[in-house]
Amino acid sequence: MLKVDEIQKRLFKEVAELHDIPMGAYNLRANGKAIGRNSTANVEITGKEDGSGIDIRIKPDTKNESVHIPVVLSESGLEEVVYNDFYVGADSDVVIVAGCGIDNCGGKDSRHDGVHRFFLEKGAKVRYVEKHYGSGDGDGKRILNPVTEVYMDENSQMEMQMEQIKGVDSTNRMTLAEVGKNAKLIVKERLMTHGVQNAVSGYKVTIKEEGGSADVVSRSVARDSSYQKFDACIIGNAPCHGHTECDSIIMDQGRILAVPSLEANDVDAELFHEAAIGKIAGEQLIKLMTLGLTEQEAEEQIINGFLK
Amino acid sequence: MLEIRNLSFQVDDGKEIIRDLNLTVEDKKFVVITGPNGGGKSTLAKLIAGIEKPTAGQIFFNGEDITGKSITERANMGIGFAFQQPVKFKGIRVIDLLRLAAKNAYNKQEPSVKPLADSKAKPLHLHFEKELSVSDACDYLSAVGLCARDYIDREVDASLSGGELKRIEIATVMARKTKLTLFDEPEAGIDLWSFNNLIRIFEQMRREIHESSIIIISHQERILEIADEIVVVADGRIQKSGRGSDILPGILGTDAAVGTCFGKNGDKVC
Ligand SMILES: Nc1ncnc2c1ncn2[C@@H]1O[C@H](COP(=O)(O)OP(=O)(O)OP(=O)(O)O)[C@@H](O)[C@H]1O
Ligand SMILES: [Mg+2]
Repeated sequence: MLKVDEIQKRLFKEVAELHDIPMGAYNLRANGKAIGRNSTANVEITGKEDGSGIDIRIKPDTKNESVHIPVVLSESGLEEVVYNDFYVGADSDVVIVAGCGIDNCGGKDSRHDGVHRFFLEKGAKVRYVEKHYGSGDGDGKRILNPVTEVYMDENSQMEMQMEQIKGVDSTNRMTLAEVGKNAKLIVKERLMTHGVQNAVSGYKVTIKEEGGSADVVSRSVARDSSYQKFDACIIGNAPCHGHTECDSIIMDQGRILAVPSLEANDVDAELFHEAAIGKIAGEQLIKLMTLGLTEQEAEEQIINGFLK
Repeated sequence: MLEIRNLSFQVDDGKEIIRDLNLTVEDKKFVVITGPNGGGKSTLAKLIAGIEKPTAGQIFFNGEDITGKSITERANMGIGFAFQQPVKFKGIRVIDLLRLAAKNAYNKQEPSVKPLADSKAKPLHLHFEKELSVSDACDYLSAVGLCARDYIDREVDASLSGGELKRIEIATVMARKTKLTLFDEPEAGIDLWSFNNLIRIFEQMRREIHESSIIIISHQERILEIADEIVVVADGRIQKSGRGSDILPGILGTDAAVGTCFGKNGDKVC
């Protein structure tokens, strides 16, 4: 049996929807140590020799398997940098669930910087789900600075769902991707900040070969006095399609800087960007109020829907 | 019963949009408000729903002065309002909206609306102890002529056509089963086939009106024909009002219908 306390259990549930030990391959990390690991016939998880992280090797043609690698921190003052490398074999089709939950009731900052690298071979298909969550009422900050690198070979597909809805004080996220021939990258980011939180999310996606495509879409809500920066750059070096969109709601004294940018280095690179920032539309509040909701209830429904 | 006394609404630049208007809508009445574009019909509906605040006058609902009450309070007292221009929401699905409406249904026992007289159609006998079920939600959508399965999980956003949004708006308000329901030009943007269905829905609502009343803002002859009362609003005032059978002949083909599209058989759609 794994030894996890109630706080850790709750964090695992928040970030990976884990109620129990997951099916398939997994690596569960709590307070700086692996507390459970399982490889399967097709998915091998091994610790790096220097102890700095893990390697996940997925055999070619592995279908319908999942890999869970959630991390939780419940000790105040813990700071760690972890390197996880995913080698996804040709024509495999897998779901990878990552995520980090921090509970900090103490006075010292807790920080987890995860560096995830994905190497997708030809035709590999990955759905990546990552949730970040913070809780605890100590003065110590909950800090997450993830770096994600994605290298995509011919015909591979990667769909990334990244969500940070609650409780992370400071985050500086960088996602780099290189998209190969006919490969397809889809990113759906959902972010909500409150209090005095600070969130920076940067993307640099280079579509290197013909037929590649990238779609990077962020929806975010900045409440209270929080600050967000969304900085997405899509570079097209070949005939390709690229699109990035940042759609944000600001409330209270929230602030948002959106900097979508495009670089076309090929005459057949088709690149688009969109960005919209604004408060909740008055008519949306009014409509829900005519259905009997209070203004606060209406606001909650609108934001919940928007971030879904 | 709705009672409007000496209601005025002036906008910031001084323009009076509603001028000293008096109107009483008795229970169990089906009232159609008509009149030229820009006459003040939608503004009047917004004043009744609490979306706009009058600059003078009072509104009573079942004897209670609601002039100072909020939109939410009025909704929870049993006033429903289907907008002329439906609102879009990112991420909120049709089922979510119907559930919100049903959850705040004013009268949970007595459905005021049943689907088309079609014998195969399931009656809308709904009881919302918990959440509106998918099949009950589907009944509302079918009633407005939408193939429910195709729509229930769609987001109420710009991906829906104008007519689809309009029908979802009507279904949502029907799900609330309110004591006083306002429909602002429900027929606008609705195609011929659905229009005929819509007329049947209103006829049915008319028959099963119980203690409730319905106010429809419309330019459509076929809706005017089923009205107990017709009120002609022009230039912020009630120009004419009375029994439908008395008023209707006088306004067909007159100024009250300017800018609208009366088909001879009510089957012309704009
Ligand atoms: N907030 C406002 N500020 C300025 N003018 C307004 C405002 N609201 C409404 N109006 C004006 O008041 C008049 C009445 O508008 P309203 O929408 O009530 O008309 P309507 O009778 O519903 O017309 P339609 O048949 O075209 O729907 C119009 O001239 C409109 O431009
Ligand atoms: Mg109008």
